[in-house]
Amino acid sequence: MADNRHPPVTDFATDFDHTDPTWVNNPFPIWDELRATCPIAHSDRYGGTWLPVTHEHVSAIAYDTENFTSRAVVVSEVRPGPMDLPAPIGVAPPITSDPPFHAMARRLLLPAFAPRKVDALEPFTRQLCNDLLDALEGKDIVDAAVEYAQHIPLRVIAKMLGFPAEDADYFRHVIHLILEEGITVTEDDDERLVEGQALDAYFDNQIADHVANPRDDLTTFLLEAEPDGNKLMHEHVRGTMLLILVAGIDTTWSAIGSALWHLAHNPEDLKRLAAEPDLMPFAIEEMLRAYAPVTMARLVAQDVEIGGCPMKEGDWVLLPFPAANRDPEFFDRADEVIIDREENRHAAFGLGIHRCLGSNLARMELRVAVEEWVKRFPNFELADPSAVTWAAGQVRGPRSIPVRLPG
Amino acid sequence: MRVHVDAEKCQGHNRCYSLAPELFDVDDLGNAVELNDGNVPEGLEHKARLAVANCPEYAITITE
Repeated sequence: MADNRHPPVTDFATDFDHTDPTWVNNPFPIWDELRATCPIAHSDRYGGTWLPVTHEHVSAIAYDTENFTSRAVVVSEVRPGPMDLPAPIGVAPPITSDPPFHAMARRLLLPAFAPRKVDALEPFTRQLCNDLLDALEGKDIVDAAVEYAQHIPLRVIAKMLGFPAEDADYFRHVIHLILEEGITVTEDDDERLVEGQALDAYFDNQIADHVANPRDDLTTFLLEAEPDGNKLMHEHVRGTMLLILVAGIDTTWSAIGSALWHLAHNPEDLKRLAAEPDLMPFAIEEMLRAYAPVTMARLVAQDVEIGGCPMKEGDWVLLPFPAANRDPEFFDRADEVIIDREENRHAAFGLGIHRCLGSNLARMELRVAVEEWVKRFPNFELADPSAVTWAAGQVRGPRSIPVRLPG
Repeated sequence: MRVHVDAEKCQGHNRCYSLAPELFDVDDLGNAVELNDGNVPEGLEHKARLAVANCPEYAITITE
């Protein structure tokens, strides 16, 4: 892929870039400083991008589906073109859809991700975690991200969609291309086209296989659904597969990784959690608040002023829910991780009509993954803090966490 | 004490149902509904307040 990396940022208030190494390694001080000095930053990068960092502004934009469109939700050099499905449907419904189409596309999927449906996947998830943990037994140093966290949502999502578990490496490749490489590619990038065609072909194969052999999974469900009396368009089915694959894996893997990373260097929290399992639900929400993986984005649909800033039609707006979650105006001791925090109105799964469709599934996977890890290794620790690496882009989580297991 | 879910505001975050399953249920779409007409049995007042304080959409209210 062409090297389109950006020059380093020297001033985040006027020239921010969410792929800058300073941001990738530790964005919190950047957001804290902006919140105190300039609550909505602007950058000319990506053809013009805004960055609100307070809970007030992030939520105002999340709720405003008139002035902000979800037609594209990953900031990149390329805005949606004439060949992409137009608003209100978008490329990956319902995340890229606006009202009124959004409600139909979302309603169709909600039952599959409702709490009781998710509960049914818990035994599978717990067994999967234990199989992964079995493979770590007896080792001195393991990578909690590479050898544990990443496999959990990959396998759960493959199972839900009815895709072969052996294709996990390909899914990882696709996710990396879309969420990391995709940020810096340009319109005329041939490799982007080739990869896109290969992915469409992959989905087409899965669809053909499910048409020939219908079974109890989300793919067959999408193929048979008739939400308005008609079957879904082929592009809608493929787009929703893309959404579930991209939004359901990297995000949860990041959340699991961040929670384990936190526990690996906060022995007091680890000790308490191992001794008081009733704290787990509160600890999980606090991890989600403090290390929310997902920053969303919108395009400005029509000129609008937010917080005194003149946003123009076509500008990008980053929606950093992780920054809203650290706003001291909204949370007491916002910069501290308090694992028994009782009042926690965090926005890790977004706010408003685009609340993460898979939040119940993600929360179950995160809780089960942490529970089983802590049960198995109640006193693990970071092996080399400087070796921890973080994903660049709008989904933040550790990609490598070398930890030492108790002998 | 009674709890009330504003169906217009609820987006199905499921925080109330997780924290207080004695007071809230969820429908097939995952949106919250009050149990027992919203009446909060004695001893569950703290759970009712927790549900209010954790709803990201401010969809739950309490009347005494």
